Amino acid sequence: MTNLTDLSLADAVKGLEKKEFSSVEITKAHLKAMEEHRHLNAFIVETPDVALKQAVESDKRRASGKAGLLEGAPIGVKDLFCTTGVQTTAASNILRGFKPEYESTVTGKLFGDGAVMLGKLNLDEFAMGSSNTTSAFGNVISPWKRNDASNADLTPGGSSGGSAAAVSARLCLAATGTDTGGSIRQPAAFCGIAGIKPTYGRCSRWGIVAFASSLDQAGAFGRNLEDASMLLRSMSGFDPKDSTSADKPVPDFAAAVKGGVKGLKVGIPKEYRPDGLDPEIEKLWDDGINWLKAEGAEIVNVTLPHTKYGLPVYYIIAPAECSSNLARYDGVRYGLRVDGKDLSETYEKTRAAGFGDEVKRRIMVGTYVLSAGYYDAYYIKAQKVRRLILNDFLEAYKKCDVIITPSTPSAAFAIGENEDDPIKMYLNDIFTVTINLAGLPGLSVPAALNKQGLPLGLQLIGRPWDEETIIRAGGAIERAANFTAIPSLLNLKKKAA
Amino acid sequence: MDLKTVKKVATLARLEMNDKELEAVRAKLGNIMKFVEQLGEVNTDKVEPLANVVDIKLRLREDEVTDGGIQAKILANAPEATAGFFVVPKVVE
Repeated sequence: MTNLTDLSLADAVKGLEKKEFSSVEITKAHLKAMEEHRHLNAFIVETPDVALKQAVESDKRRASGKAGLLEGAPIGVKDLFCTTGVQTTAASNILRGFKPEYESTVTGKLFGDGAVMLGKLNLDEFAMGSSNTTSAFGNVISPWKRNDASNADLTPGGSSGGSAAAVSARLCLAATGTDTGGSIRQPAAFCGIAGIKPTYGRCSRWGIVAFASSLDQAGAFGRNLEDASMLLRSMSGFDPKDSTSADKPVPDFAAAVKGGVKGLKVGIPKEYRPDGLDPEIEKLWDDGINWLKAEGAEIVNVTLPHTKYGLPVYYIIAPAECSSNLARYDGVRYGLRVDGKDLSETYEKTRAAGFGDEVKRRIMVGTYVLSAGYYDAYYIKAQKVRRLILNDFLEAYKKCDVIITPSTPSAAFAIGENEDDPIKMYLNDIFTVTINLAGLPGLSVPAALNKQGLPLGLQLIGRPWDEETIIRAGGAIERAANFTAIPSLLNLKKKAA
Repeated sequence: MDLKTVKKVATLARLEMNDKELEAVRAKLGNIMKFVEQLGEVNTDKVEPLANVVDIKLRLREDEVTDGGIQAKILANAPEATAGFFVVPKVVE
């Protein structure tokens, strides 16, 4: 039998259907892989007891003919989703030991469809970061290495770094993520897997630890687009508990992978070709355009003139919403508490001890831009430019159906690089943030390896509620790129065996 | 940005910081605020601020009790709770 951890999610579900193996068997195979690769630090908490209990129940359901969409498939859950009775930390000391008494809507839907949870995946603290180096539970290490024998540990990207590393390293079949400025698409690109962020409002935010509420959106990782689309379908759907949840039918996203791009109009935004763009990234982008053309798509030039303002808008709106959302961590109702001489001092000491530096920095920026006298100059101004960014996209979609760009301006960097200068770190998200500001669906698919042997991804951006078209285009890229590279870590393991 | 402003913001944000931390944050905040200044060059006359990207009207529901009776669950993660209440340091003398 093939290695159960090498199966795609779709093939695993098929194998379970045909009773080629049980959920308990495939779950155990993944738990073993997780144990073998603990040095990646992809999981904050492994939940073998929960997983095996769910797997046993799943096998019973299947035996009685009641199988859900993901019946018996072991997955990972980003530790930003509240899970009943299982520690949920957002990778922050302030939530260390917090065990929710309730289930997030998204994880509830996944379990309702038969998914098995292997554990809670590491991330940047409160999902604030692009390298998974701000977690209170330590850095996540990418399963990929450069081919220059330097052996430097690379970042898996962030904030959903644990999710991307675990899926890439075959520690789970698929995983949930969240994306506020690129936190699914950038780590997917860095780890050579597929990641999709749906339209804002597609997945309920209820029970997901909030960072920036008008930008946060859950999404899915898989080793191919079909898997990510399958997971996304289960995660999606209306939820009355989230006031921004959309009451819209959920399509069979995975069916779109094979849809083809004949006659599709694909937009190329010239603003995504900044001076000094890495020639390898530029070539990758041109390849992607040519692949779509070869499958019958029509290429059109579009313009998104406010692209360069995406990052400054993001770095006002996201911290503003963060400072407001994170005001709830006061040491009274849950989480860490450090006693002071009075209530004010208790708040100040608790928050000083509980939050890491990057979170504090963003709370400070947010508090400043929302403070008296600055609100109009910063926050309202940013919201106005945000509308111009959205209008750019709406204008472009009069001429095209889908937009293709690189996912990131570079391949994965080494842990510790870019850390002194927050602006440089923020530039990682230059191709992804505007999509969150406009609330649009976006995905990243692996398309090539660079000279250093590291994965590069292409991003597809769609109209609101039109995930299916970006999945169709992503499917065409997958077919043409035929990306079969596996992480260095697994190559080494194969050589040893 | 001067240290006094940074100190005021830290107080507003309820974050205890010593002088060394304030100084470190000051430099980084200054950089970020300088970076966002470029928004000033965008003409936003007659542009409405965008707060919600998706065209979803906030829904109304009947004003009725749909939840409750879960005191133990609400207190389950409290750092300190007594007799069904959250416990905080003395607020009123």
